Amino acid sequence: MAKSITQEFVKGLWDEIPPFRLVLGLCPTLAVTKSVENGLGMGVAVIFVLVCSNMLVSLLRNIIPSKVRIACFIVIIATFVIVVELLMQAYTYPLFLKLGIFIPLIVVNCVVLGRAEAFAYKNSVVRSIVDGFGIGVGFTISLVALGALREVFGSGTFFGIPVFGASFQPFTFMIEAPGAFVCLGLMLSLMNLAENK
Amino acid sequence: MGDYILLAVSCILVNNILLAQYLGCCPFMGTSKKMETAIGMGMAVIFVLVMAGSITWLIEAYVLKPFKLEYLRTIAFILIIASLVQFVEMFLRKSIPALYKGLGIFLPLITTNCAVMGVCLININEEYTFVQSLVTSFSYAAGFGLALVLFAGVRERVLLARVPKPLEDTAIALVVAGMLSLAFFAFKGMV
Repeated sequence: MAKSITQEFVKGLWDEIPPFRLVLGLCPTLAVTKSVENGLGMGVAVIFVLVCSNMLVSLLRNIIPSKVRIACFIVIIATFVIVVELLMQAYTYPLFLKLGIFIPLIVVNCVVLGRAEAFAYKNSVVRSIVDGFGIGVGFTISLVALGALREVFGSGTFFGIPVFGASFQPFTFMIEAPGAFVCLGLMLSLMNLAENK
Repeated sequence: MGDYILLAVSCILVNNILLAQYLGCCPFMGTSKKMETAIGMGMAVIFVLVMAGSITWLIEAYVLKPFKLEYLRTIAFILIIASLVQFVEMFLRKSIPALYKGLGIFLPLITTNCAVMGVCLININEEYTFVQSLVTSFSYAAGFGLALVLFAGVRERVLLARVPKPLEDTAIALVVAGMLSLAFFAFKGMV
């Protein structure tokens, strides 16, 4: 039961990496990974919300009555989402425009609510913060990996820098909706393959 | 009238909420294993989304805008949706038990369905009028139901097929969703 702090962190990176292990939070994963930059921006926003909401939920875990806990979690999460939204609007406006409605939609990202319910409500503050950070970093890694795959093949660039020669014909399928589903499915199967060896 | 029909068609087919805008994927994966649950979920989403769409529109127009509280939109909308879902659940249990039995377990799940919140936000961002947002809410939800039912049908068949081991379960479901999305892609440019 008693896992060390490092273990709490590391589990978010492989054992419970969202959205592969916990099939939660698919919508932002599919929608924002058209490029690495978007994936990274979304990931950082999620890390912030996840760490803050986990911390606050854990601090208040003895005060929140269990009957209305979900409503309380949602209010806490929504508060931090608004903070992120305003911060991004102020400092990274182009990214804010690109991510569009997916920033307010972090509220209904099941990963965040899931961690509040499954972890932060039952564990100490430090552990909850570490857990939130670990899961958040795991989520960011998945987003960046998927974003890189789709951007490199879909538009032939990486972080906006062309990687192939001028003769490269972009494989547009990858950056459109169908490509997102197929890529994620194939990445999931690769992970299963690596696991079952 | 023609405009509304066009809007409805574009929401159901061309900009299908699930397959073209990637909203509501979690229940899409979660409740599509059986046809029955898919139909139940589809109905519940239509029911809640039409109500949520109209109420959030009214709140935005008559409370948030006049008092310059737009920055509270996220929190206001999610609270409206959550309490609406709770209210609908209680109301149905008391007065229409048959419908409650059908939708019952899916109702609480809808609170965290990003399709509901997403459509409410789209309505505001696109600056639709009240009637327009009513039409979009209904058609997006109908599109969601349509995609879900189609997908459940395919998925029931996939269960019987021999799938390579690493691709089992969620992975093959995602690839199938990709194919379905490709099919819906054909509607692009129709409207």
